[in-house]
Amino acid sequence: MDIKTLIGMFSIIIAGMTMFVGSIGPALGMARAVAQALSSIAQQPDEANTITRTLFIGLAMIESLAIYCFVISMILIFANPFWRYVTSQ
Amino acid sequence: MEILHLDQITPDAVILWKWKFLVLNATIFYTWIIMTLITVGSWLVTRNLSTETVSSRWQSLLEVVVVGMRDQISEICQQESDRFLPFIGTLFAFIAISNLLSFVPGYAPPTSSLSTTAALAICVFIAVPFYGIWDRGLIGYLKHFAEPSLFIMPFHILGEISRTVALAVRLFGNVMSGSKVVGILLSLTPFLFPIVMNVLELLIGLIQAYIFSILATVYIASALKAREEKEGLNTGPIFSSSSG
Repeated sequence: MDIKTLIGMFSIIIAGMTMFVGSIGPALGMARAVAQALSSIAQQPDEANTITRTLFIGLAMIESLAIYCFVISMILIFANPFWRYVTSQ
Repeated sequence: MEILHLDQITPDAVILWKWKFLVLNATIFYTWIIMTLITVGSWLVTRNLSTETVSSRWQSLLEVVVVGMRDQISEICQQESDRFLPFIGTLFAFIAISNLLSFVPGYAPPTSSLSTTAALAICVFIAVPFYGIWDRGLIGYLKHFAEPSLFIMPFHILGEISRTVALAVRLFGNVMSGSKVVGILLSLTPFLFPIVMNVLELLIGLIQAYIFSILATVYIASALKAREEKEGLNTGPIFSSSSG
């Protein structure tokens, strides 16, 4: 296999694996956070406003991890610098 | 009608008009359109405000939005929201409108370009020391970097930078992923399913605008003076200076 095939193949494989690993972790974390927030709201409905706001901020923090992985896999597929270098030669 | 091709991940690559070294790409063009929308719209509405019980429906809309922003900001910052409202409110209005317009054919949201979101995040990066120095003075602001001990200072500075990057990449990734998913679905299952995803995108766009402005408020509030807790209100600063 020449270098072009290798780069194309590994970019796609790594992009898939990035999404695979990078979505499992944040999914588990967000599930825990939401479950805890729901039971807190059920116990203290008066504090629902504060809990919801804090929940949103926490979810955004967790979600950004998944978004990093997504951006990296998008770069690997659509804007891969190595692929561009090889194909321009 | 999509002006973005599937293999372009930002609207920076779409060039609408070119004259010598002046290049007008889709990001700048739609940013201008949103700026005109916000400015002219607000000017038209606030031109004749009324204090009677009967007011125009547009005035009621703006009042609801502005009052909601003021409440949220003063709840987080624990002080009057007047100083922060222009900055945070503009951020929210710009991001919300740029995301909500995404159902218009031929439109590419400027927030799906990393340059726009990086510019917004740098605005927040500059606004944090600005409001911090305004509130507690230059010495007081610099002192909070070395708060537990002097050795912690590099981590404070690193946190400031990494949360700015996180702010930019989060908004870019969310909006870009939305338009990409709709584009991919459009080529697979044309009629019904992309509409459903588009509706979901409207919700996600609004939530991202909310999260961006709330995070900006939290970052600014972390640079302000620590307030004494009021009686019966145990809402301290939520996240002091977290980076994620």
